[in-house]
Amino acid sequence: MSIKIAVIQFPGSNCDLDTLHVLKNVVDIETNLIWHNDFKETEYDGVIFPGGFTFGDYLRAGIIAAHSPALDEARIMLRDGRPILGICNGFQILIEAEFLPGALLKNDSLKFICKWINLIVENNKTSFTNKMKLGGVLNMPIAHGEGRYFTDNLKELEENDQIVFRYVNETGEITREANPNGALENIAGICNLEQNCVGLMPHPERASEPILSPKGTTHGKLFFESMISFVKKGVL
Amino acid sequence: MLQKEYIVELVTENKIKARDPTGEVIMKDLLAKKGYDMVTNVRSGQYLRISIKSKNEQEAKETIIKMCNELRIFNPVTQNLNVLNVKKKN
Repeated sequence: MSIKIAVIQFPGSNCDLDTLHVLKNVVDIETNLIWHNDFKETEYDGVIFPGGFTFGDYLRAGIIAAHSPALDEARIMLRDGRPILGICNGFQILIEAEFLPGALLKNDSLKFICKWINLIVENNKTSFTNKMKLGGVLNMPIAHGEGRYFTDNLKELEENDQIVFRYVNETGEITREANPNGALENIAGICNLEQNCVGLMPHPERASEPILSPKGTTHGKLFFESMISFVKKGVL
Repeated sequence: MLQKEYIVELVTENKIKARDPTGEVIMKDLLAKKGYDMVTNVRSGQYLRISIKSKNEQEAKETIIKMCNELRIFNPVTQNLNVLNVKKKN
């Protein structure tokens, strides 16, 4: 079966072309870059909200984009179980559009942080993690100023298995030192209750080719391979 | 009824449990280090001054609060919204 994915472009998106490149040239699936006002869900098996600084990140990162008609279209996909991924600013958009719970606050250091970090996979059943090993450690870059995850409902998130990734050290331990931004309980990525929508601060599209990785890893590719597998199977 | 113009002043600030790194840094890394140790707390926030056409002050305030809730001008998970002042525009 052929799979068709949309990458949504807003004013201020800047990881859109990287994401498009990985989908088209690395994992080899049909992908369209769509201007946010023109997106129609009926044509697509999945949608990705890439990183950037949509609408200048004014007021709060992601809040203006969250009111775009693209999110109304994506909400239909959310309800019928198609895969939706938010990367960095895309994650902020999905949080502000209430596809995902909680909030992403200014880093506790107040600095924009750009570096490679390690993540542990805590849920490998989602639409974007089903090709990953549970408890496996992924090496990926982050680049954000507002990535401190916060929720007032941590217990529910844990009970529903909605915490997908946490920041860890190289040996996979959840430590304070390994937490780059002060995120609650080292949370780096979460999913919705149904597990078809995932958001995370790190950038899988920047970690999908050995040439871009300091360690030669391609852990980011697993996100997109998981998505393909999820669409082919049709169910989680 | 003839509509008048009002100015509504608002401030959003993080709830205590969501912390306020900006306020913490101003206090710990600037004021305390420069000898202003009599300062016991600093809270940062975002200030908005919105001009709105309305019948009266009460309606102006209610419309602004409704608008802020509907469009998530503040994030209810982490922030509080306070109306500081409503006054008629000169």
